[in-house]
Amino acid sequence: MKPSRKNPSPGVFSGLNRKTFDHHDSTGYMKKFGKGHSEELVRVISEDKGEPKWMLDLRLRAYRHFFKAPLPSFGPDLSKLDLDGICYFAKAADKKGGFKSWEAVPKEIKNTFERLGIPEAERKILAGVGAQYESEVIYHKIEKEWARQGVIFLDMDVALQKHPDLVKKYFMKVVPITDHKFMALHGAMWSGGTFLYIPKGVKVEKPLQAYFRMNARSMGQFEHTLIIIDDGAKGHYIEGCSAPKYGSSALHAGCVEIYVGKNAKLRYSSVENWSKDTYNLNTKRAILSKNAVIEWVGGNMGSGVTMLYPASILKGDNAKADHLGIAFANAGQIQDTGSKVFHIGKNTSSRVIMKSLSKGGGQSVYRGDLRIAKTATNAISQVECDALILDPKSSSETIPNIESANDTATINHEARVGRLNEEDVFYLMSRGIPQEEAEAMIVNGFINPIVRELPLEYAVEMNRLIQMEMENKVA
Amino acid sequence: MAPLLNIQNLHASVEGKPVLNGVNLKINEGEIHALMGPNGSGKSTLSNILMGHPKFRVTKGKVMYKGKDLLKMKPHERALAGIFLAFQYPKEIGGVSLEEFLLAAYRAKQKHDKPNDPPVLVFRFKAMLDELMKKLKMPEKFAERYLNVGFSGGEKKKAEVLQMAVLRPDLAVMDETDSGLDVDALKTVCAGIKQAMKGKSVLLVTHYQRVLKYLTPDFVHVLKDGKIVKSGGKNFAEELEKKGYEAL
Repeated sequence: MKPSRKNPSPGVFSGLNRKTFDHHDSTGYMKKFGKGHSEELVRVISEDKGEPKWMLDLRLRAYRHFFKAPLPSFGPDLSKLDLDGICYFAKAADKKGGFKSWEAVPKEIKNTFERLGIPEAERKILAGVGAQYESEVIYHKIEKEWARQGVIFLDMDVALQKHPDLVKKYFMKVVPITDHKFMALHGAMWSGGTFLYIPKGVKVEKPLQAYFRMNARSMGQFEHTLIIIDDGAKGHYIEGCSAPKYGSSALHAGCVEIYVGKNAKLRYSSVENWSKDTYNLNTKRAILSKNAVIEWVGGNMGSGVTMLYPASILKGDNAKADHLGIAFANAGQIQDTGSKVFHIGKNTSSRVIMKSLSKGGGQSVYRGDLRIAKTATNAISQVECDALILDPKSSSETIPNIESANDTATINHEARVGRLNEEDVFYLMSRGIPQEEAEAMIVNGFINPIVRELPLEYAVEMNRLIQMEMENKVA
Repeated sequence: MAPLLNIQNLHASVEGKPVLNGVNLKINEGEIHALMGPNGSGKSTLSNILMGHPKFRVTKGKVMYKGKDLLKMKPHERALAGIFLAFQYPKEIGGVSLEEFLLAAYRAKQKHDKPNDPPVLVFRFKAMLDELMKKLKMPEKFAERYLNVGFSGGEKKKAEVLQMAVLRPDLAVMDETDSGLDVDALKTVCAGIKQAMKGKSVLLVTHYQRVLKYLTPDFVHVLKDGKIVKSGGKNFAEELEKKGYEAL
């Protein structure tokens, strides 16, 4: 037995607990920033960043579209989300481009990231790390070795200054500002995020990570992540996020755009653990060239309401997408998650494996959208959704949409719903394992096929988060 | 000396239907007892009640184990106190490997018995597990497989005996561990039980006499309609084989 995922040696994230996430730093800096949105605010953000005119124009177009676009016609109720009560732009450190070293980061902010294990992960396992706090990236760094090979890993705002042409070519092209209401809002208000470019043929074996942290009450975070993996290149990007709980709505409407070139491969892993009062309305989409591969591995533990459906557009022939995900809906949470796959090229293939857990009255929904275009000869798609319902108060639902315009496609969709079985728990207890631990063991076993795809340290983190949810007894 | 296990006038029901109607049984340290009887006589019910199965309700009677009221203990507390049940139909638990499960169980027992000892190191545990698996003629790869998932009937029974050998209980209740095993597997399994339970107590619940050739009981009891109707020494089993349960 190697240092096992369930019996880890003390690792980078093993100290995480509820306090780690719920601790919040002082928020004196918020006095400078008002709530609510306006065209003036859009201009202030753009001016503050010293952006080129085309970006301001994009922001303004997006902002105008925001008013025209309706709220989503499906999924959870968003009527309680007060968009005028959100703070759209706030800087705690006010340092353009972030700090050059963790030592220079203001102590309180640095301590927060220390508690989350980010600098330690950077030292031990990562090729590079970015850390965003409210609307600004406070630290962004890549190992010299990779920088020398031409890998660009930057704060999105800095990338716009340093590589305006690259950014202009790709920014909000795979996810247009007209995509939906919250992408219009994102286009207007976006700040921070990560820009990753891996040049032709460069294979970055170690993961690169960005961590997004909201600290103040009623924050809105709109980071933009743009990832370009050039032909024959390879990378692994990890995203983590969290926020403390306040009891008033916060909003996360990030956007992730990914371009995977010919014969290139990207693995995108995320562990999203926003506080229970966060609306996580996130949009992630990848477009793939010939023979390209994308692997999405995601865990959604936090947020009051999540709407997240990572999408893969398999444009090139033989392109391949894997969507692996876990969603945990605890008391008061709605996890409306899923996947979208569009088969366009010939011989394209996709595999979706989603595992959902519902507990304490939580609702989990798998929402899938699978489209096979006329051009997608011999496409193969396999979708498996497993739901585990942990108590009678909780629920789970599967809403798949499958449309195929090509008869040569092979489509397989399976959905299973199970309840935590008393006799299974008894079996484990009969060997000396207490009930809570036995239940956690069954839950960990259920999600194991997904968790094992994460690097060991993140698998440990994910198991720790699940354990916290299992222990979390809400009155 | 007080018996290790003392079952007194035990009545139990499942979903409102009575299944045990006054069972009395004493098991002392180091004794092997065989509990026989026709289908539906309550053998499995008794085994499961001793472990604390949530489905069965004790309506009357008492079970004392090591001088404590067993029925007040939770299943995991019973296990930590040294009771083991080899299940007739072990559960399949996906995503949890046999070895990581057994390591967790072993560490729980170790923490209970010797709270000041550091938890067993993984490689030491693994070495012990390998050796026990060899004795039971189980392929090494087995440890990495998910608990009972896709195991054949015989493999499940062997895995139960392996778990018993790892946890070294003071009282092992073997619920039809012999059924579904071919002769070779039966010999191996019985040798495994004998070795692990040397000087300890065993309650062997079985349908067939053939297992008693390899594991000689000190006492044989016949359970019928939820009651022990007759008990005897080792020769009693042979008598039973000839005459059948009907004669009782």
